[in-house]
Amino acid sequence: MTAEQMNGAEMVIKALGDQGIDVVFGYPGGAVLPIYDALFKQNRLRHILVRHEQGAVHAAEGYARSTGKVGVVLVTSGPGATNAVTGLTDALMDSVPLVCLTGQVPTHLIGNDAFQEADTTGITRPCTKHNYLVKNVDDLARVLHEAFYVARSGRPGPVVVDLPKDVLFATGTYRAPETIEDRKSYRPRTEPDPARIAEAVALIAGAKKPLFYGGGGIINSGPRACTLFAELIELTGFPCTLTLMGLGAFPASDKRFLGLVGMHGTYESNLAMHDCDVMINVGARFDDRVTGKIAAFSPHSKKIHIDIDSSSINKNVRIDVPVIGDCAKVLEALIAALKTKRFAPDHAALGKWWRQIETWRKRDSLHYEGSDKIIKPQYAIERLYALTKERETFITTEVGQHQMWAAQLFKFERPMHWMTSGGLGTMGYGLPAAIGVQIAHPDALVVDIAGEASILMNIQEMSTAVQYRLPVKIFIINNQYMGMVRRWQELMHGGRYSESYTAALPDFVKLAEAFGARGLRATKPAELDGIIEEMLAIDGPVIVDVAVDPAENCFPMIPSGAAHNEMILGPADKKAGGAVSEEGMVLV
Amino acid sequence: MQSVSDIERHTIAVLVDNEPGILARVVGLFAGRGYNIESLTVAEVDATENLSRITIVTSGTTMIIEQIKAQLSRLVPVRAVHDLTEEGPAVERELLLVKMGGTGDKRIESLRLADIFRARVVDSTIESFVFEITGSAEKLNAFINLMKPLGLVDVSRTGVVAIARGAAKF
Repeated sequence: MTAEQMNGAEMVIKALGDQGIDVVFGYPGGAVLPIYDALFKQNRLRHILVRHEQGAVHAAEGYARSTGKVGVVLVTSGPGATNAVTGLTDALMDSVPLVCLTGQVPTHLIGNDAFQEADTTGITRPCTKHNYLVKNVDDLARVLHEAFYVARSGRPGPVVVDLPKDVLFATGTYRAPETIEDRKSYRPRTEPDPARIAEAVALIAGAKKPLFYGGGGIINSGPRACTLFAELIELTGFPCTLTLMGLGAFPASDKRFLGLVGMHGTYESNLAMHDCDVMINVGARFDDRVTGKIAAFSPHSKKIHIDIDSSSINKNVRIDVPVIGDCAKVLEALIAALKTKRFAPDHAALGKWWRQIETWRKRDSLHYEGSDKIIKPQYAIERLYALTKERETFITTEVGQHQMWAAQLFKFERPMHWMTSGGLGTMGYGLPAAIGVQIAHPDALVVDIAGEASILMNIQEMSTAVQYRLPVKIFIINNQYMGMVRRWQELMHGGRYSESYTAALPDFVKLAEAFGARGLRATKPAELDGIIEEMLAIDGPVIVDVAVDPAENCFPMIPSGAAHNEMILGPADKKAGGAVSEEGMVLV
Repeated sequence: MQSVSDIERHTIAVLVDNEPGILARVVGLFAGRGYNIESLTVAEVDATENLSRITIVTSGTTMIIEQIKAQLSRLVPVRAVHDLTEEGPAVERELLLVKMGGTGDKRIESLRLADIFRARVVDSTIESFVFEITGSAEKLNAFINLMKPLGLVDVSRTGVVAIARGAAKF
């Protein structure tokens, strides 16, 4: 081991290199200038200059979720750090591995209300997996390496390292990652308890109406977990549903896939969830958007819950067999145990269960009334899918009805190709996330399926896309309303559209052009395919403004406070008006 | 819905790396997730190991208590979480300082009661005493109630510290 002397800023660059990082998303400012100077003097690490720190974090999220690597953010003190908070919270909710380096005022000024000072570790404590304030340059290398380990191990999440400016200037001893001893406290458990595997196998073997309920944990565990998940479904012949975060963990084209589950999930998914007798949750967390009314959630099932985070167990729903561990290791153990036991499903019972599911599937809950006069939002997404499915396509979204339509109608065959803000529901996520994805996959097609309201929340990142010649496609489902807000106002507030209509939208074609990108517009169903083809043919960033039916709403849906078997299937459904109970109104 | 009778009181020992912000993390966790803190004590217990021990008395349903322990275990600087209420018999003690004012009969009566409770006088003037007493929270409450009519001026208590009975660690 050679002890290398260098200053704190050089140490940051060196540590990122040793962690295998080749790109950071950031924005300079006074407190981080030493790091930007060190960046200037090297060529290995690439810096992507965003236009707002929130954009940097979402871009790093897109990068991380499409590669499985840790995303890195570099921002300055004070407003730089506070602007990053939304992104950090988003990453925490969706378990995205990030390291966010924040500048800080010099140590002797901390607590003095200095210029651009904020209590960054205090502010980010509840929205990070862990955070650090480095007060001594000799701790810096250890903290940085530990930050990466904490971010990517166990249940992944964002980690903040706050760096006072004097520490960046000070000279100290660099330590390589392999010289850092493990801390005594943080030991994430990845290997499952064999006793729990045996209990799970017994439940699976006796199941008559089983259901796999897969979540983002499978994708976070890695491609191998997805392969094993598919293998387990093949072995058992059980049906499978996926959460918003889990889309792509199992091929959407497979007939055993029942579609999205939860509030805007398919009829067959939600009814199967409600009626199953054994539920096998793999890496999902019984989010309230999935469970609906807890008291009526899957009332007759025994529940197996596979999760790397023990705090997910019994948080919302009582679990019969908790299995703590990494999804890949648990699935491997389950498959091995089932094979050893020469597992064969109860074919008679399973056949009956599948026949039941097929009758639900025949309801065709994603059906909508087509039109040749006005573009239906669902039609726009179906055509986008049809015209891009032969390519390597990554989809990001903003938040709202367009997001739900994309989740319902775009078919994901592989993991890590779908980036959406699930837990936090952050409008403005999609464009910067698309930028991060495109940086990681320069030759792939990256489309942000957006709403006209959400896209304006981080529209400044168009400038980033243009600067780095990133050919991201922004596909705006423009209904002139905050559709999701309006939907709830219809259901619960007598159709009083308080502030959910945007009266002064920009001309998105001109807006694209103002940024130096291309703008296209589709207003009739007949021209949609041509516009999508034109978008695909342009080698650069494009905004496509798709004027859709403003009255269309997202169905099916489970009204808040209702159970899975109380779904509203469409606008003609008699439950569609006034369907929300008083108890449900507070849940939204 | 859980009824009030399902609320249990638990004493939890949390062993943590003694580093800046750890107490804020623990307290923030309780505040952010709406958990109850009845008492919280913290001090370094092993300087060479850089180890601090936090004793938290909390209450909640079985599911909430389980969540509290899981959430605490998830904090990066937390080394171990022990539910002393669940894991077996534990000794729980609290230290109380009570300041008494006044002269005459009440002063003598308070001194007599303090003797019965095995409280010690740690400060004395012509017109005041400070008693120090350790014991269970119930015993301290009883002592405070007795002192109130006798000229109680001020109270300071540490909150509960606890340790498992027998040879086992924690």
